[in-house]
Amino acid sequence: MNDELKYLAGRAAQGRVSRRAFMGRAAALGISAGMAGNMLASAVSAQGAVKGGTLRIGSVGGESTNSLDPALAASQVPYHNLHQFGETLVEVKADGSIGYRLAESVESTPDAKTWMFKMRSGVEFHNGKNVTAEDAMRTMERHSNDDAQSGALGIMRGIESMKVDGDVFSVTLSTPNADLPYLLADYHLQIQPDGGFDDPGAGIGAGAYMLEANEPGARHLWKKNPNYWDDTRGHVDEVEILVINDATARMAALQSGQVHIVNRVDPKVAQLLGRSPGVQVVNVGGPGHYVFIMHCDTEPFANNDLRMALKLAINRQEMVDKILNGYGTVGNDFPINAAYPLFDDSIPQREYDPAAAAEYYKKSGHDGSPIVLRVADGAFPGAVEAAQLYQQSAAAAGIPLEIKREPNDGYWSDVWNVQPFCASYWGGRPVQDQMYSTAYLSTADWNDTRFNNPHFDELLLSARAELDLGKRKGIYSEMAHIMRDEGGLICPMFNDYVDGLSDKVQGWEKDGTGELMGGRASQVCWLA
Amino acid sequence: MHPIVKLLSQRIALGLLLILATSALIFAGTQILPGDVAQSILGQSATPEALANLREELGLNEPALSRYVDWLLGALQGDLGTALTNGKDIASSMAGRLGNTLFLAFWAAIIAVPLALILGLVAARYAGRWPDKLISGVTLATISLPEFVVGYIVMYILAVNYRLFPSTSVIYDSMTLWEKLNAIALPVIVLVLVVLAHMMRMTRAAILNVMQSPYVETAELKGLRPATIISRHAFPNAIAPVVNVVMLNLAYLVVGVVVVEVVFVYPGIGQYLVDHVSKRDVPVVQACGLVFAAVYIGLNILADVVAILTNPRLRHPK
Repeated sequence: MNDELKYLAGRAAQGRVSRRAFMGRAAALGISAGMAGNMLASAVSAQGAVKGGTLRIGSVGGESTNSLDPALAASQVPYHNLHQFGETLVEVKADGSIGYRLAESVESTPDAKTWMFKMRSGVEFHNGKNVTAEDAMRTMERHSNDDAQSGALGIMRGIESMKVDGDVFSVTLSTPNADLPYLLADYHLQIQPDGGFDDPGAGIGAGAYMLEANEPGARHLWKKNPNYWDDTRGHVDEVEILVINDATARMAALQSGQVHIVNRVDPKVAQLLGRSPGVQVVNVGGPGHYVFIMHCDTEPFANNDLRMALKLAINRQEMVDKILNGYGTVGNDFPINAAYPLFDDSIPQREYDPAAAAEYYKKSGHDGSPIVLRVADGAFPGAVEAAQLYQQSAAAAGIPLEIKREPNDGYWSDVWNVQPFCASYWGGRPVQDQMYSTAYLSTADWNDTRFNNPHFDELLLSARAELDLGKRKGIYSEMAHIMRDEGGLICPMFNDYVDGLSDKVQGWEKDGTGELMGGRASQVCWLA
Repeated sequence: MHPIVKLLSQRIALGLLLILATSALIFAGTQILPGDVAQSILGQSATPEALANLREELGLNEPALSRYVDWLLGALQGDLGTALTNGKDIASSMAGRLGNTLFLAFWAAIIAVPLALILGLVAARYAGRWPDKLISGVTLATISLPEFVVGYIVMYILAVNYRLFPSTSVIYDSMTLWEKLNAIALPVIVLVLVVLAHMMRMTRAAILNVMQSPYVETAELKGLRPATIISRHAFPNAIAPVVNVVMLNLAYLVVGVVVVEVVFVYPGIGQYLVDHVSKRDVPVVQACGLVFAAVYIGLNILADVVAILTNPRLRHPK
């Protein structure tokens, strides 16, 4: 891009050159009005940002076994690392719409089966090579490969073929999917040179920061990429991610000014932390939720009256107040909330109703033997306490629950998705289709409620191919009703993302796509 | 052969035998863990063929005894194998972590050992009077609190309130020595507080024990000052039990600091071990176990050697 014009855009943003004069100069230099307007907008939003400094993030979820291979990322620190060096084709913005990153536009055929991603030109990887459509295709190929053990493998399964045509990367699906851009915004799918086949863990991408030091389980240091294409992002000189798994130590690091941002503030201490000087606690509703799940194909849970009794016997508001300390919202027994696009907020909220629960319990004809609920501390924060609250509220409805406490070790392999009634959590997905396809389609690997409803499956597939948003919303609403009234999911609460910030951090926005603004905090924020 | 050389070589040979026996125990222990290694690497999605291939690759089909011998011979040559989780060479990745742990232990010991001895001598000198009671009370209080509590208290006061030292102790190669020392100040303080009481109490008890012997009485009757009696006559005779306790605490500084490392985010070997235990990375667990055992036994041999050399009765056995 023309340096003179960049300089002028900066001057115009500061008000030293009039907007009209800037546009005139741009036209004289042969730049289209639309493009000049974009430049001006980006210069203005960057104007507020102060450049420079080292932004320090204290994060839970890092181990000395971590790698920088995007395919293998599964916990928080690798997630944040990917957002420093990587760039995806598209991203999901805070308002739920698609933002264009390495792809500058996306189009689909009317049947939503073939999708074309036009690559942004002139973008470079950290190794100086240009980002091409070929790189995008190779990246997707690697994540489709069983050997890569990619966390995005499930997304890739729906792809039938891929091809490159000049600067256009196109994907053809085996079944239509109107949400494909959302799926390719997955954080594992950072575009790497040649798809990362040569050295997947090299930490080379097209993102705002370049690898400076990589010490898994301790710290990761990232330096500003001088050739980064997007002027509106990447304001600081360095980002340092410190692995602080201990919650108290993490909060102390924020309070002592050693780090500027921390993730996973424990709701129990959030208010105390917010009161200390120079620190604020920010929370935003996200798609993550805590659940109790019943197998719909196993007695006694095969009986929908009993499932209904158990759903009515839980006090959702009490859980939000006591388990989340108010940092969350009540659930409604289907896995979707307002964090998702096309959410129907007119579905009536299910309330705690011991009388109705007792009635359904009687109707189910259960023999009165205690119903075993398996739970472990690691199922979700406060899971054991939540189970105890549930036991008491159910007892008020005459339903005996027996809590069986399981060890954390092996909970996800021996209890979850194995035992018929247990506690669990979901981190949520960017779109409804993906959430339902992951866990509630009858053929899903992780169908942890053993939910098998042919009509529901049909609706899910038809919504996927539906490009008309109004119709899709209607279908999703119907699915939510089925899930809520017949499913094996008891969803008492959606947990907020709760992060802690130093008052030196500026530019923070509410963004429920993930913790730390969907991982984008270090790109969007700056240090005062 | 001089009897003391014989005694020492016996003691060292016994130590080596002990390490050998520990290695067998470690190996056996990791073998009887539930689930096999191949299963835990491949996880739920394992197919029978993949399991069989991996077992073959890892040599799990060999008899346990021959695997043990292979492992032991490798370890003797410094080859501890590769980590299952990230395929890195264990010896080289462990070396850096062990170096960090030794660095922390070294500075904690440099402060704690002389301090404990001096406090113990002072407490013995004023036995039963207020300096004794003060020293004993404070050190017993700090040893009675769990390490993480001491860690949080120190962190709250020195890092959050007064901002004297950083609350996290991440160190890396490009730091200067001064920066590193500043970074590890808090964990060093915690470790000193935790190990102080044990060594101090033993010094005090050993000295007081010696103080009741006839030769100390003689020294007193000669009119020597109490401080001189302690430093010239009592302390040399109290070295053996003190050295034993000092070595136990040094060993603790190396192998027992997992909690402190986690609280202060210190990249030491304890954290490394915990990370790999949770991933069922058996070769790393075995290697760490072996190193920990070697450190522990090595320091205890050293304690015995010092005790033998300083004890005339052992030096000249009848």
